[in-house]
Amino acid sequence: MDWFPLLNSLRIAAISSVIVFFLGIFAAYYIAKLPRAVKGALDIVLTLPLVLPPTVVGYLLLLVLGPRRVIGAWALEALGTKLVMQWWSAVFAVAVVTFPLMYRTARGAFESFDATLSDAGRTLGLSNVWIFWHIRMPVCRQGILAGAVLSFARALGEYGATSMIAGYTPGKTATISTEVYQLWRTGEDALALRWVLVNIAISAAVLLAVNLLEKKEGRGKK
Amino acid sequence: MSLSVHIYKELDDFTLNVRFDTDGDMMALLGASGCGKSMTLKCIAGLEEPDRGKIVLNGRVLFDSEQRINKSPQVRRVGYLFQNYALFPNMTVRQNLYAAVRRLPKERRTAAVDEKLRAFRLEGLDGLYPRQLSGGQQQRVALARVLLNEPECLLLDEPFSALDSYLKWQTELELGELLRPYEGDVVLVSHDRDEAYRLCDTVCVLSDGKSEDKATVRDLMAAPGTVSAALISGCKNFSRVRRVDATHVKCLNWGVTLETSQEVSSVCTYAGVRAHSFHIAKSGEPNRFDARVVRVIDDTFSTILMLAPEGGDSLLRVELSKEEWAALREPELVLLGVAPENVMTLSGEL
Repeated sequence: MDWFPLLNSLRIAAISSVIVFFLGIFAAYYIAKLPRAVKGALDIVLTLPLVLPPTVVGYLLLLVLGPRRVIGAWALEALGTKLVMQWWSAVFAVAVVTFPLMYRTARGAFESFDATLSDAGRTLGLSNVWIFWHIRMPVCRQGILAGAVLSFARALGEYGATSMIAGYTPGKTATISTEVYQLWRTGEDALALRWVLVNIAISAAVLLAVNLLEKKEGRGKK
Repeated sequence: MSLSVHIYKELDDFTLNVRFDTDGDMMALLGASGCGKSMTLKCIAGLEEPDRGKIVLNGRVLFDSEQRINKSPQVRRVGYLFQNYALFPNMTVRQNLYAAVRRLPKERRTAAVDEKLRAFRLEGLDGLYPRQLSGGQQQRVALARVLLNEPECLLLDEPFSALDSYLKWQTELELGELLRPYEGDVVLVSHDRDEAYRLCDTVCVLSDGKSEDKATVRDLMAAPGTVSAALISGCKNFSRVRRVDATHVKCLNWGVTLETSQEVSSVCTYAGVRAHSFHIAKSGEPNRFDARVVRVIDDTFSTILMLAPEGGDSLLRVELSKEEWAALREPELVLLGVAPENVMTLSGEL
C-alpha cells in the first residue's frame, strides 16, 4: 500500500491549519472592533465558504488562480510555476474552506472575553501586544484550540475544492479523499475500504483529542 | 499631589459634565448607579476619550482636547482598582503581581513583589489562582498589583460592591489601613454615603452626569446645598419652600413655616430634614407642628413613622428610638419639632 496520500493529506492540513490559525485569530480580533454595519458585511463574506458547496469555492479559486487568470498568469510569468495542479495548490482550497471555522470560534471566544482584563493590563502599563499574547489568548484558549482542531479535522477531509484545484495525480497530488474516490471509481473496492478505515481512525483520534482537551479544561476550571 | 479633572462627553442617555480638583485628599465621587461615575474614572485612566476637556495629574497633562493631547493608559500612571478586581485568571497571584513590575529591571522585580506579598498578608497564597481566593483576598491582590506599578493617583471603583455585608466592613477597615502609606491622590467611586463618610476627606456629588462643587464630607452631611446632594447624603424629607425672610422658609408641602439657622438664599427652592432630625417637641419650642400618624414601621433598631403634617400634602418619614416611641403609647397625633440648624435649605430640583 502506497502511503503517499496520507502524507500528502497530513502536510496540506498542517500547513493550512497554521495559516488559518493566525489569519482567523487576527481577523476575529480586528473585526470585533469595527462598527456594527461593517462587521456584519465582513462577517457574511468571511463565513460564506462554510456554506457554499466546495465545488463552488474551487471554481471561484480557479477564476483567480488558473494559469490564464490574473494571479495565476502573474505567478507563471514571475515565479515560473503554475498555482494549480501542484500538491500545495490544495492548501489554497483547504485554507479558504476551513477559515470560517477558525474565524467564527475565535470570534466567539474573544466576544466573551472580559474587557476589564485588558483595561487593567493597559492601566498597569502593559503593551497591547503583551496583553494579547499573555492575557487574551490564554483566557480564550479553549475556544481557540477548539477552532484549530475543528479546522484541522475539516482540512483532512476536504474533497470538492481540492479535487478541482489540485486534481488527482497518483504520487503527486493525491490525498486520502481523492484516493478513495479514485479507487472506488476504478473498482478497487478492497483498497478503497482500507483508506476509508485509515480516514475513520484519524478522524476518531482528532475527536478524542478534542474531548480530552475539554476534560482537562473542565478540571482546570474547578 | 493634585489631580485636576474637567471633562465633557456626550453619552447615549445623558451628558457627562464633570469638574473637580483634588489636592492631596481622598475624594469620594458619590452618585446613584448609572450616573457616570465609572465613565469618569475611565476617562481619567485613558480607557475612554472625553469629547472635550482637560485632565492634569501632578502638573502632567494627560488629556487636553484643545492641544489634542490624549496620552495612552499605559503612560498615564493612573492606578485603577476595578469593581470586579480584574485579576488575570490565567495567572497565579505571583504572576499577577509580576505583570505590574515589568518595567523594573529583572533583578528588582522579585524583591518588589515579595515586599508587597508581605505587606498585604498574601504570603502563602502566591501560588494560587484568583478563583481559589476569597473576595477579600482578591481585593488585596488587586490593590497590591495596582500599587506595585507606583501610580501617581489611585481610582477605586466601588471597591466593596462585590462583597457581602460582613466581609465588606472588614475589607473596608483593611483598605483604609493599606492605603494609609499611599501618598498620591485617591478617588473613590461609591453610591454609599456612609462608606464615603468613613473613608474620605472630601466628596463630589454626581447626578445624571453632572458634578457639583466638591465639599468636605462633614459639610455635605450638615449643609448639602443642593437637592441632589441632599438625596445622595441620605436625606428623606423634602418640601418645596417660599422664602419668608433671611431665617424663615414657608414649607409648602408640609404646611408649616420653619426657622433656619443657615441664611436663606434667594435661590433656595427646597427644604430638607433628615428622618432622625425630627423629635417629639415640647410646647414652647420653635419649629413645632402637629402631624397625624399614618403608619408605624418597626425597623431593626428604631421605629419609623410615616406622618401626615396637618395642612400639608406629603408624608414625612421620621425615625425615633424604640423607647421614645413606646413612651408615647400609640397616639393619633404627635407634636413634631426640628432644631433650626437641622433645617437644610437647598437649591435645585427634585
